Amino acid sequence: MTHYPISIRPFGVHAILLEWPNEVDEAILENILQFQHHLKVNHLGEEEWEMIPAYNSLTLIYRKAPIRFAEFSEQVKTWYTKLEQTSLPQRFIWKLPVCYDLEFGIDLKSVSEKLGKSIEEIIGQHTSHTYTVYGIGFLPGFMYLGGLPPSLEVPRREEPRLRVKKGSVGLAGKQTGIYPQDSPGGWNIIGSCSVPMFDPKKKDPCFVNVGDKVQFYSIMRAEYDLHKIEGEVGIYKLEKAKWDA
Amino acid sequence: MLKVLKSGLFTTIQDVGRFGYLNKGVPVAGFMDTASAHKVNQLLENDVDSAVMEITMTGPTLEFDNPSFICIGGAKHSVALNNDRIENFKVYKVLPGDILSYGKLEKGFRSYLAIKNGFKTDKILGSRSMYAPVTPKSHLEDNQTIAYESCAVFSPKIVELKVDTFLDNKVLTVSKGPEYGLLNDKQLETLFFHDFTIANENDRMAYQLVEHIVGHKVSMLTSATLPGTVQLTSSGKIMILMKDGQTTGGYPRILQLSDNAISILAQKKFGDTISFKLD
Repeated sequence: MTHYPISIRPFGVHAILLEWPNEVDEAILENILQFQHHLKVNHLGEEEWEMIPAYNSLTLIYRKAPIRFAEFSEQVKTWYTKLEQTSLPQRFIWKLPVCYDLEFGIDLKSVSEKLGKSIEEIIGQHTSHTYTVYGIGFLPGFMYLGGLPPSLEVPRREEPRLRVKKGSVGLAGKQTGIYPQDSPGGWNIIGSCSVPMFDPKKKDPCFVNVGDKVQFYSIMRAEYDLHKIEGEVGIYKLEKAKWDA
Repeated sequence: MLKVLKSGLFTTIQDVGRFGYLNKGVPVAGFMDTASAHKVNQLLENDVDSAVMEITMTGPTLEFDNPSFICIGGAKHSVALNNDRIENFKVYKVLPGDILSYGKLEKGFRSYLAIKNGFKTDKILGSRSMYAPVTPKSHLEDNQTIAYESCAVFSPKIVELKVDTFLDNKVLTVSKGPEYGLLNDKQLETLFFHDFTIANENDRMAYQLVEHIVGHKVSMLTSATLPGTVQLTSSGKIMILMKDGQTTGGYPRILQLSDNAISILAQKKFGDTISFKLD
């Protein structure tokens, strides 16, 4: 495990921000997750502390009282220096079903024109890569995914839509992802994922964790409809495979 | 049960908030003006996390079906219990059939109604705070009912609180945000030596300001945001995230509001002015 240099800064009185080198890099994410796990297990109990990992940062939040930054940052620095490689909780590659029918993939035709690729090629490439979850935020259950092949990079739409439907799978620049709720959005929509990415009825409302991976697979309309019904009654099954760094 | 005869503009149930799901993108939600919400709960000797009703600008009309004790506070509305005007931060007894009706907003923006032992809506992910899609609805609707405990006898230790000039305060105390260092002298001068006007775009997620400052070309990786985080967009627009604000963002976080500043801002509406003061 690489020990990257980190910077520690106050973020209001209830949070501190730890930052790793400013890059999208799996090794950096791994280092962040190792440290997060170490803090949770040994120093900062989950009852009192919340942690938000994202790309090259880890934010530690404590609401009960103001954090005494000078002391606490020294403490965190010491903990980081002593960090040793440990095994993280099991991580998964989630196989997410997507229906790429034109009814859902409302921008597939324009993406196909912009990229000079057939719709089949786009689907083939989108489903043949594995994406890393670098963060969850923006909306409940929204994943920031890294690892889109450059051949699928397409600029976001010039005019954002006022309402993109829940489940829509989009492409924008170096990013791909799923809208977990109806929301305004400017991504190019190429399909719809049939399992809910956010379900407040579950104890863990979003099954994915930062550091997991995601792979899409193409499903037919009939299967999509079945998943949707299962989703409404909360009995959908998720395909996943174990994964270790 | 409390019957919502008329729900008003945007009336919600809120408690201290929803903790433990920031890493899944779920905002904390909870009282916007925590200072006022705590006071109304305290006067009723409720637990700090008791759920209250948060009333925005145009208030509701409510009917009680069981005896209890209530306390209102925060923004100043003309509020009548049956035909008598009631005051902020004072404990009142309510009886079955009593009607509480909110009239004109006189000052501030958000008012709180607390009831003895709190409103008993369902807790979802550990909190009663309304926030869609965690709760099915984002606000209360006409004719719905809300559970509360009957309470016939209660002698409060303190019957009334004299309130300071909280609603007149327009200075937001801030600390330096993580990207404060990006600001140049011109931007700093505008930020700290001018007043800003609350834009029409203001809600529980974020407050935007009418006046812009000089923009920037910084592109940063998405990172955590908190209630009270002041973001600066590339075009120079200032956005202050509030309790329902997103948990991550990609704009530089130039300032961070103090807890009290979030409460002060929660009482501001379109056209009001504020200024920033570095702590």
